[in-house]
Amino acid sequence: MTTSTEKLELFEVFVRSKRGLDHKHIGSLHAEDHEQALEYARDCYTRRSEGVSIWVVKSNDICASQEDDADCFYDPSDDKPYRHATYYVLPDPVNNM
Amino acid sequence: MTIPQEENFMRKISAEEKIEPKDWMPAAYRKNLIRQISQHAHSEIIGMQPEGNWITRAPSLRRKAVLLSKVQDEAGHGLYLYSACETLGISRSEMIEQLQTGAAKYSSIFNYPTLTWADVGAIGWLVDGAAIVNQVSLQRTSYGPYARGMIRICKEESFHQRQGYEAMLALAKGSEGQKAMAQDALDRFYWPALMMFGPHDSDSAHSQKSMEWKIKRETNDDLRQKFIDQTVQQIEVLGLEHPDKAIKWNEERGHFDSSDLNWDEFWSVINGNGHCNRQRIEHHVAAHEEGEWVRDAITAYNEKKRAKQAQNAA
Repeated sequence: MTTSTEKLELFEVFVRSKRGLDHKHIGSLHAEDHEQALEYARDCYTRRSEGVSIWVVKSNDICASQEDDADCFYDPSDDKPYRHATYYVLPDPVNNM
Repeated sequence: MTIPQEENFMRKISAEEKIEPKDWMPAAYRKNLIRQISQHAHSEIIGMQPEGNWITRAPSLRRKAVLLSKVQDEAGHGLYLYSACETLGISRSEMIEQLQTGAAKYSSIFNYPTLTWADVGAIGWLVDGAAIVNQVSLQRTSYGPYARGMIRICKEESFHQRQGYEAMLALAKGSEGQKAMAQDALDRFYWPALMMFGPHDSDSAHSQKSMEWKIKRETNDDLRQKFIDQTVQQIEVLGLEHPDKAIKWNEERGHFDSSDLNWDEFWSVINGNGHCNRQRIEHHVAAHEEGEWVRDAITAYNEKKRAKQAQNAA
């Protein structure tokens, strides 16, 4: 049996807590469409003024990397310590340039 | 009479709130931002050329890997900035066209040639160093996407300056010939690095409005002074001679006094007459045209994939 919520789509919710900051993922919810998802997100996730701006994205539209594949996915960066500032040893007087 | 939208905009600016892409903003604010951010993006992209010139000739595998990583970062920074600029309603292709036709500018420093390996060190240390001074200040710029881009770029950029200084240090502590090469690179890049901060505040066409709107947070001359001050000791530690013979600590001001810059040279390079202006743009156009087949291949592949999916679904 299909329940009514299963007919609704899943949306991911991102909230900007303060102007100038990034939107952060805060959770997800079911809704009929984007507009409804925004209103639900407002009611569900920003009841205590947690945000100044909300983004909703259909969960199906998110393409995510697989954590199980993390080893080989990120492997190209593992042998490049020279991308980090701390790799370079400089004389003390100029060390915090 | 100010319209309510403009009042609201100015209220946000004075309250140190960020302006976000979908907010109302004055047309001139938008235009000013597009000019500055795209110019910044173009600088990152054109900036790959002078250093890219030495990738195949780096003196060791380590230096080569480091330089490759740095140039790769610059491409990434260009991307962050183009994307931030696109939130203002201009397309990537419009920006690239403006760069290639000369309608948009990029930092004049990249019109100087990289004659020796020491130039790569001098660029990392001085040019990226000057860029960092400017970018640290821009982390507080009033446009949200630009400010957030700057924070990310500054975080990544500190290795650029350190690797450059390290390379200079190796030369400065090396043979007489290597030391002379380091001194020569310092002598040639010091002045253009100071010019990166732009003309004197009194001669800067966009400064006043940009300060009012908090696009810029510190004036050209203040940022330049900061860079002059921080560089003095770095030159001493290298054991090199300061290119500015007039450099002198001023107790009263709490800053170093220095010579004025050769502004004729500055304007001449800005207006297209530097050593490499034509070469930089010609190279960009050629690379863009030669890359056409890659962009075509991406589109063709996507179409092929879509057709296949449609076929499977049927």
